[in-house]
Amino acid sequence: MGNSARDKSLLSKMDRRTFIKVSGAVGVVAAAGGIEGILLSRTPPAYAQGVRLHWVRWVDFIPEADVELKRQATEASIDLGANVQLETINGNDIQARITSAIQSGSGADIFMMMYNWPQLYQNALVDMSDIANAVVKDQGDFYGIYRPSMDINGKWMAMPHSIVGNAIAYRKSWFKEVGFTQFPKTFDELHKATIALKKKGRPYGQTLGHTFGDAPTWTYPLTWAYGGAETDPAGKKVVLASKGTRDAVSFMRAFYKDSCDEGGLAWDDTDNNRAFHAGQICGTLNGASIYIVAKRQKDKIRDDNGNPMYLDIDHALLPAGPAGEQQLYLSMSHAVMKYSKNQKLAKDFILWLHKKENFRRWLVVSDGYNVGANTAWENDPMWQTIDEPLKLFRTAARTTRIFGYAGPSTAKATEVFSKYIITDMYAKAVQGMNPEDAVRWAETQLKGIYEA
Amino acid sequence: MDHEFADQVGSVAGVEAALPRPHVERPWSLMYLLDNERFLAVVLLAPALLLLGAFIAYPFVMGIWLSLSDTSVGNLGHFVGLQNFVRAWDDSIFRTAFKNTFIYTFWATLFKLALGMWLAVLLNRHFRANRIIRAVVLLPFIVPTVLSTFAWKWMFDPTFSVLNWLLFRVGIIADKLPFLSNGTWAMGCAIVVNIWRGMPFYAISFLAGLQTINPDLHEAASLDGANGWQRFWYLTWPLLKPLTVVVVVFSIIQTFSDFQLIYVLTGGGPANSTHLLATYAYQVGVAAGLLGQGAAISLFMFPVLFIVVWIQLRYVRRLEGV
Repeated sequence: MGNSARDKSLLSKMDRRTFIKVSGAVGVVAAAGGIEGILLSRTPPAYAQGVRLHWVRWVDFIPEADVELKRQATEASIDLGANVQLETINGNDIQARITSAIQSGSGADIFMMMYNWPQLYQNALVDMSDIANAVVKDQGDFYGIYRPSMDINGKWMAMPHSIVGNAIAYRKSWFKEVGFTQFPKTFDELHKATIALKKKGRPYGQTLGHTFGDAPTWTYPLTWAYGGAETDPAGKKVVLASKGTRDAVSFMRAFYKDSCDEGGLAWDDTDNNRAFHAGQICGTLNGASIYIVAKRQKDKIRDDNGNPMYLDIDHALLPAGPAGEQQLYLSMSHAVMKYSKNQKLAKDFILWLHKKENFRRWLVVSDGYNVGANTAWENDPMWQTIDEPLKLFRTAARTTRIFGYAGPSTAKATEVFSKYIITDMYAKAVQGMNPEDAVRWAETQLKGIYEA
Repeated sequence: MDHEFADQVGSVAGVEAALPRPHVERPWSLMYLLDNERFLAVVLLAPALLLLGAFIAYPFVMGIWLSLSDTSVGNLGHFVGLQNFVRAWDDSIFRTAFKNTFIYTFWATLFKLALGMWLAVLLNRHFRANRIIRAVVLLPFIVPTVLSTFAWKWMFDPTFSVLNWLLFRVGIIADKLPFLSNGTWAMGCAIVVNIWRGMPFYAISFLAGLQTINPDLHEAASLDGANGWQRFWYLTWPLLKPLTVVVVVFSIIQTFSDFQLIYVLTGGGPANSTHLLATYAYQVGVAAGLLGQGAAISLFMFPVLFIVVWIQLRYVRRLEGV
């Protein structure tokens, strides 16, 4: 009999007197040891049957990861004595759901947050410091990206969960054909290699559309890699219109024309996956999902010679610009909403998710696409058995930056992101606007936000 | 004689009416209340007033309040006067969206009107299975916009467009057409989809109008030597004009405030080149959480739509006067 079944059977046999004893014991443990006590005791508190916990996340690019979470939601329902319901929606629609939930004071108890969104919604979120600190104590520090993203006045306003590391998935043999046995180390080298590839009908794929993942994870690091920044370190003065940003935009304009599939201007976060699997592009910035899906569907996704395509895929970090190599990854967290009537249950559930055995099961299914929020997960044995092209993701999250650079990552930085201003700066230049004018346009937009 | 009798009856009735009625104690009952015309009027109007208040007046007043405040998601706002409107006008993305809304509405309405009229005239003819075809023509209007727009999105897909494939195979194009990846093309595609979706509304409305026109008029005109175009221009069109005004006004309101189609097809991109007021208001108000600014952007639609409705009401009143 599994744990869950045993618990269920215990629950069904429990009379009132036993229930009082058990809940009293849990109460004593909770009072004595708090959240950490619960973590250590491995005895989750029981809630009245029928209490519903609504949890909203994106649709994971690794479908099996969502299947595992749904399974865990069922298991947690039994363990916690509540009804945990996971709803998955398009990542581009999450912000709209959060806003309407906050304004109407009703909706999901737990929302998945991306990047630094907790800054934007801070007044509507519950302080998660107790469970965040408990998980840090149990599993080690979070990656550096989390504190500026969701630590507000010393409080964790969301519980760091995981990171999707974005790297360039590329066709090894195609790059080799144009003389690159290793992936280009700089943007200029990438430009050179992809000019030759586009001439062969194998363009590079990069979205500049209004989408949350692959567009900003390219455009922000490109700006940083050329020395550009949104604001000064204080976050008060907009400094976007610098030589660095102008150089980055000029590079992108030429790169797009010479090297890219120009349809990318209208792509969302799924289009480049499909284009890659169809053999239409030589490389694209993406999570590990292109490789993982190609491997899991190796009979369907094949190269021109009929071999499984995944065998010809490798990953590389974004190349370096004059100011070095920069990265922006999707840092995910979970926030409990202030309007929720089940805040305690929501926190207990998140804690349940982060129990080592539960979190690890999800991480293993993700196959390197999702990386743990705590640095200690880098040492998990799963990284020993994972395919070589995925090993790069193990430490990828160490050096990522977040919006707002060089200033603090405030709600204003989230506003810039939500309006796609940095991405549109590049899209305008690619569509023919003079790079100087495109940067000036973006600078004016940023001033209206940061300096207003 | 009859007149005299009638006068007598009238005078008796007049006297009775003039006499004070004897005071009769009646029980306080619902029937008694309903006998009161004012009370009955209030009772009958109340549900409609409640619905109008809850679903139209309250959101509208709330929208005005939000537009005059700095409310953002999770934060109660303070009154800021017209600051949000000024800020919107200074925003180049807003000005692009404002201009786009007019372009989108103008071209879509023009083509829907012309093509809808043409389709209605065709459907008004007698041919085999005309009822089935009339029902089929309505399909684009019936299918949920989100679903049909997704289908169009796939057809315009930058990489896998079936249209590009077809044109390439036929030998018309050598390179892919940038349906959604070029700003001008993307706006054109959005207008095409809007025309496709909205044309059946025009066609069926005009068809209903055409069927009320007496065929004898057409026959007489034919006997007088009028050709097809002359019969349409001097007979059909003037008789359909009142209906056309109503249909066009409703269509302008729907098109000017369109949201779903653009949201699904382009998301306002590339680089804001297809944003309409509704989609930009959504992006600012809902995605970025700046509810005050978002409400101000959406309220820019109000004066335009108000003028359109005012013209319609004026026209309808003039017709009633005739």
